[in-house]
This record gives sequence, structure tokens and C-alpha cells, in this order.
Amino acid sequence: MKLAYYPGCSLEASGKEYDLSTRAVCKHLGIELIEIPDWSCCGATAGHSTSHLLSLALPARNLALAEEMGLDVTAPCASCYQRLALTCYELKQNPRLQKEINEITGRSFQGKIKVVSILEAINYIGLEGIQNQVVKPLKGLKIAAYYGCLLVRPRNIQIDDPENPQIIEKIMQASGAEPVEWPHKTECCGASLAISNEDIATTMVSRILKAASLSGAHCLVCACPLCHFNLDMRQLKVNRLQGTNYQLPVFYFTQLLGIALGLNPDDLSLHTHFVDTTHVLKMVG
Amino acid sequence: MKAIRLNQWEDRNFIELVTRESGQAVENCYQCGKCTAGCPIAFACDLMPNQVIRMVQMGLKEEVLHCQSIWLCASCVTCTVRCPRNIDVARVMDTLRIMARHQGISPPGKGRYVALFNENFLGYIQKNGRLFELATMAMFNLKTGQPFREASTGLAMLKRGKLKLTVTKPRGLDEINRIFEKVRQAEKGGKK
Repeated sequence: MKLAYYPGCSLEASGKEYDLSTRAVCKHLGIELIEIPDWSCCGATAGHSTSHLLSLALPARNLALAEEMGLDVTAPCASCYQRLALTCYELKQNPRLQKEINEITGRSFQGKIKVVSILEAINYIGLEGIQNQVVKPLKGLKIAAYYGCLLVRPRNIQIDDPENPQIIEKIMQASGAEPVEWPHKTECCGASLAISNEDIATTMVSRILKAASLSGAHCLVCACPLCHFNLDMRQLKVNRLQGTNYQLPVFYFTQLLGIALGLNPDDLSLHTHFVDTTHVLKMVG
Repeated sequence: MKAIRLNQWEDRNFIELVTRESGQAVENCYQCGKCTAGCPIAFACDLMPNQVIRMVQMGLKEEVLHCQSIWLCASCVTCTVRCPRNIDVARVMDTLRIMARHQGISPPGKGRYVALFNENFLGYIQKNGRLFELATMAMFNLKTGQPFREASTGLAMLKRGKLKLTVTKPRGLDEINRIFEKVRQAEKGGKK
């Protein structure tokens, strides 16, 4: 499988573990990722909060670039995925809008490609296919799969059920880990407010950590650099502000999958997290 | 809080405008309250999501466009997927933010920081094409008069190699700048 790769801005810095582990896992599984040359920001929440046209035009430029490559496009970041997928959907639905946006971008996006999340791209291999390549099953590791918002909402671009998605659990099960049942897997972590109103985001993070902790999970597993940074970095703040002592490492699903596939740990950036990951990594040898 | 007359519209055009701009049939809301029940930021809202929708129906334009909630909405889209009347409530929130901005209303309270963040973020993208976290944070801190906010986080990120110190810009910077300019022109021309 060959896909155009849209890393997005976060994966260049705060989410670099996700970029490294995604590239390593995909290479191992035979998914060829070709980075879109000259990609630009999707506009994220600031874009759609400010202008509907801009929220379509910024992703549309990148969709047009991917279409010029003749490839479907994948974005690991949940926010980039949602912006690209929604734009693709809206422009395919509405030829008049497609024309208007093409005039704005100066590029001709024809709606011939698809946008897939990296979870879906890896899931195409099939669970059996993944399982067959696991050399180091994550035995005894209890994980709380955290989806957040943007992979499962709104309906037109959801990759799985918006209330009880299972795709991360299935991939983690194929890797030998044991997913727990817990109620907060699609609750918003408040990342979009983390800079402007940190107190609100911290409250939202604390609810998720509490639920994950009560579920008996050893760690959280996510698929979004914004959720990751928020739950990982702000965990220390929650502990300081609320007198709690959460020690829940937050992994990208690609990091744990990479361990199970026997990839070189150096390629997965397992020790650059804010919450120490050592105790959990020891469990999986 | 001022008294509201239930038997007369404050601004009859408002619901029509919101409906047109958002593409959502706001009049279909029957106030079940599911949006508010599932809203993760309800605890921080001055108006609950269902109240915002009801007030749009009643034409209470000034109250709605001056509330904090339209800015604090985290765009999680939970309200939208749970709405039994198929109203994309999150999209209505987007529309209201955009209308408030176009009317030059300065967002009150906590909303102010959200608007500043958005403006700062997009200003950076227009010039540089990609977000550079360090510069965007530093600019936000300066504009809000808190220069050392998150300084320890910045240092911790640096230690972990998560703070990029050099900017990577796409080559098509003119093209990106032109996208912003063309959107501005299209919106001036009366389109949304």
C-alpha cells in the first residue's frame, strides 16, 4: 500500500514520537508513506472558528497536492485528519463549493482521492496480518484506549462508532495487550483550550485521568498529538493542582504496536514523554 | 439578567441569518437538552448550548453574540452527533463565533483569550505556512502580558527534543498568503 503522508505541524515538534513511530511501523508493515512535498497547515480549530471558506481552502491545498501525486492521503494527527476528511467530503458533495475553493487555492482538486486516518491505514493490513507479525506480545499490559473527539466525530468522517469505538482496542489486542472497558474514551480533553484557558483544559484532563486510573489500566493509548501532549504534560499539573498522584504514561498506539512488532526502541522514541514510561515498558520487557 | 418577552421576536432576521450561514435548521430544536448534558465544557459556560440555540430561535442576537460560551466551545462535536433533531450544533457555534468577529464584538471574559489565540495562530500560518509552536506560544504570551507563562514546560520540551528551534517553511508561501487574501476578498463580497 502506498499513501501520501501529511504529518501536520505538531508532528514536527511536540508530537515527534508519533511521527517517528508511525513511519517505523508503516515501513515494517509494508505501507509506503510518501510525504507531501510542500504541505502546509490545515488551519485546525483556529481556521474553522474564524472562516468557513478558510477552513476548507487550507486543507484543500494539501488535498490538491496529494491528488497531484495520484495517492490517497493519510494524516496521523486526529485534527489534521478531521480537517482534511471534512474538506474532502464537503467538496465532493458540493461541486459549486469545490469550484469556489479551487479558485481560492489556485489548484484544481477534483475529489478523486480519499482521506484515511493512520488507524484505518494500519487496520487495512487486517488484525490477523498484524498478529502474524507480532514477535513480542504485550502480555499483561492493560491499556485504556483514548480516541478523543476528532477521529470519531462528526458522522460524515467518523472512522468508527462515535460513542464506543473499538479500532484501537482491536489493534492493541492483536499486539497482545488487554484493553480495559472505561467510560471516557471519547470525552474531549480540551486541547483546543489548553493555551487560551488552561484551567478549563486541566479540569477536562483530570476527569479523563481519573476514569482511566479507576479502570485499572497501566497506561493510556491515543492517536492524536494534541490529546497526547495535553494528557501527558498536563498530568503533572493535575497532580500538582489537585493533590493526585497519577502516573499514567500516555503512548501513541504506533509506539506500542512498534514494540510488539519487535522494532528498534530507538525508532519509537519511548523515553521523551513527560510522565515516566519506564515502569510500563519494563512490563513488556 | 433582563426580562425576555416570550411573545415577541427580538430580531426576527437573526435565526434566518444563522440558519443560512450554518446550513443548520436551528428552528428544529425542541430543547431536549442532550447537547448540554454531553457538553464537556458546560461547567465553564455562561450560556448552556441548548440556551444558545433557544436564544437564536428567539432572536436574542446581542445576548448570544456577546456570550463566552460560543468562544469556549471546544469543537468536540459531541452535541452534533447526539442531537436527535440532526442539528450540527458545533457548526452553529462556529457560525456564531464568525458572526461575532465580523461584527467587531470583543469576546468577553475567557473568550478573549480564545479569540487572541486563533488570530495569532492564523496570522502565523499566513506568514509561514506551518505552525511553529515556539513562536506561536511566545507571541501569545506577549500579547496577553504573561511573558513567562509555560516557561518551565518550554524547558522540559527542549530537554526532550520536542521544541523545534528552527522554522521549516513550505516553499509555496506566496500561495498560502494568497489563499488568506482571496478568502478575505470573497467574504467582503458578501459571501460567508
